[in-house]
Amino acid sequence: MKNYEVVIGLEAHVHLLTESKAFCGCSTKFGLEPNSSTCPVCLGLPGSLPVLNEKAFLYAIKTALALRCTIQDLIKFDRKNYYYPDLPKNYQISQYDMPLAYDGAIEIESQESKKKIRVKRVHLEEDAGKLMHEAEKGVSYVDFNRAGIPLLEIVSEPDIRSPEDASAYLVNLKAILKYLKVSDCNMEEGSLRCDANISVRPEGAKSLGVKTELKNMNSFKAVRDALSYEAERQIDLLTSGEKIQQETRLWDEAKGLTIAMRSKEDTQDYRYFPEPDLVPFTVDKNKIDQMMRSLPELPQAKKKRFISDYSISDYDASVLTREADISDFFEATIKTYNNPKEIANWLLGDIASLLNARKVSIAKTRLKPGHLAEMLELIHSEEISGKIAKEILPEVFEKGLSPKEIVRQKGLKQIKDTGELISIIELVLKENEKSANDYKAGKKNALMFLVGQIMKKTKGKANPKIVNDILKNMLGGK
Amino acid sequence: MPDTNPIDKKTVEHVARLARINLSAQEIGLYKKQLADILEYINKLNKVDVKNTLPTSHPMGKIKNVFRKDSAKKSLPVEDVLRNAPNKKDSLFVVPKIIG
Repeated sequence: MKNYEVVIGLEAHVHLLTESKAFCGCSTKFGLEPNSSTCPVCLGLPGSLPVLNEKAFLYAIKTALALRCTIQDLIKFDRKNYYYPDLPKNYQISQYDMPLAYDGAIEIESQESKKKIRVKRVHLEEDAGKLMHEAEKGVSYVDFNRAGIPLLEIVSEPDIRSPEDASAYLVNLKAILKYLKVSDCNMEEGSLRCDANISVRPEGAKSLGVKTELKNMNSFKAVRDALSYEAERQIDLLTSGEKIQQETRLWDEAKGLTIAMRSKEDTQDYRYFPEPDLVPFTVDKNKIDQMMRSLPELPQAKKKRFISDYSISDYDASVLTREADISDFFEATIKTYNNPKEIANWLLGDIASLLNARKVSIAKTRLKPGHLAEMLELIHSEEISGKIAKEILPEVFEKGLSPKEIVRQKGLKQIKDTGELISIIELVLKENEKSANDYKAGKKNALMFLVGQIMKKTKGKANPKIVNDILKNMLGGK
Repeated sequence: MPDTNPIDKKTVEHVARLARINLSAQEIGLYKKQLADILEYINKLNKVDVKNTLPTSHPMGKIKNVFRKDSAKKSLPVEDVLRNAPNKKDSLFVVPKIIG
C-alpha cells in the first residue's frame, strides 16, 4: 500500500476588537437585540457611503507586521459580488488582487522540531450578517448586527502536513492575536473562525492532489477531528481507485464526519472589481518602522526568555506564554515571591482548573499576583500546608481576600506546637489501636492511615512533617 | 455564416443567473449582441500603449487615507430598520429558507 502525505492550508477569519464597525459607526458589541446595531451604511441602503475605521486598519497592519508580512505599497478595496441573504449590499467589501499584506510566516513546533508555515496573505474585509434557519417553516431569519464588523482574513500556504500541525498553527496564531490585543479570538462567539483546504498525495509526489474545502469547525478540536476524518476519507477513496471531487464539505460535529454541501449550479463567480466608494490607502515607511518597533514581545520570544531567565521547562513555558494575561501574572508574582517553578505549578494546576471551570481569563478575576505570592509565602514559612492553600484558593479567587486574612479569620494556621500535637496524636492512637499495632508489626502503610486520621482531626492544620516525626518516635517501629 | 460573436447563449444565461434575472429567448439574443458590442468597445483599450502609465485603481487616486475615528454612534431604531422588510418577525428579517 502506498503512503500518503496530507497537505493542508488554513484560512482564518478574525474579528478585530474595535468599538464600531469597519465602515460605519454601529457598535460591534456581541449579543445586542437583533438588527439594533445597523444603519444605512451596513444595511446597504441607497446613497450611503462607507468610511474606513482607522483603528481596524491599524490593527490589521499591526497583525500583518507581527506575522512578518510585507505591507502592500498601495492598499485598495474590492467588491466581491454574490447574492445571499446575509449580505445586504449583495457585495462584500473585501480585498482581491492587492491584499493589505503578504508573505509572512508563523512558526510551529511539530514533533519536537520547529517548522515555518508561510502566511500567503492578510486582508481586511467586512463580516456578513447572521442567518438562523427554521427548516419546518421554510424560512430563515436575518440579523445584520454582525454585518460590517471588521474581519481580518489570514491565509496560510499549503505548508501544513498534519491535523496536529494545523491545530498548533491556530494555537500560535491565536496567541499572537491576543498578545497584540487586536481580537478576543472567542471561537464560541465567532470572533475567530477557520476554514481548511485539504488534499492528499502519494509520498514524494511533487504536484498537489485534488482538494476539498472544509467549513463549520467551531473549535481547535473540531479542526483537528475534521481534518483527520477528511484525510482518511480521501486516502480511502484513492486506495480503492476512486476519484476525489473538488467540493466544499461541512464538518458535522455530532456525527463526527464531513458531508458534501449541495453542489452549486454555478461555480463561484464573484466578479471582483475595485470598490469605487473607498479611496486607496498607503502606510509610509516611517510609520511601518515605528509600528514594528512598538510591537509587544510575542509568545515565542517570551517563551525563550522564560526558559532561559526562569529555568522552567519547555512545556511550562509554552503554556504560560500562550496567554499574555497568564504570562504577565506569572512575572508579576515572581517580583514578590522569587520561585518561578512553584508559581508555574500553581498557575498551571489549581489556578488553571479554577479558570477553566469558570471560563474566565485571569485578568478578569479578583485573584491578584500579590495574593498568590502571599499564599506561597505562607506555605514556605510553614504557616499553612499546601493542602490548606488549595482549600482557601477558591475563596481568594472569588472574593479577592488576602490569604493571610482568610487563614486568620478561619483559624487555619498550621499547628506546629509539639505539645498540642502530641496530645492529639495520643488520642488518635487510642482510637486506632489496630493500625498502630500493624505499623509496629512492620506494615508501613499503616503510618499513612494514621497521619490521615490526625489530619482529619485537626482539619488539615497539623504540620505533616512534625506529625510524621512524632508518630514514628512514639510508635518506635522499624 | 459562422457565429463570430465572442458572447454565446450560455454566457448570457450565466450572467443573467448571477444577476438573478430571467430572460426570454428574444432577450437573450438582444443581450448577446449588446454585450458583444460593449466587449468590442472595451477591447479598444487593449490597443492603447500604457508602458509609461501607472495603473489607476481609483479615479480620485490622489486622495488617500480617508479614515473615521473608531467611535460607536447611535444606530437606526429597529422599527426603521425593518420598515421596508416584506416579511419580519420580532426584530428579525424573514427570508425564504436558504439551507436544508
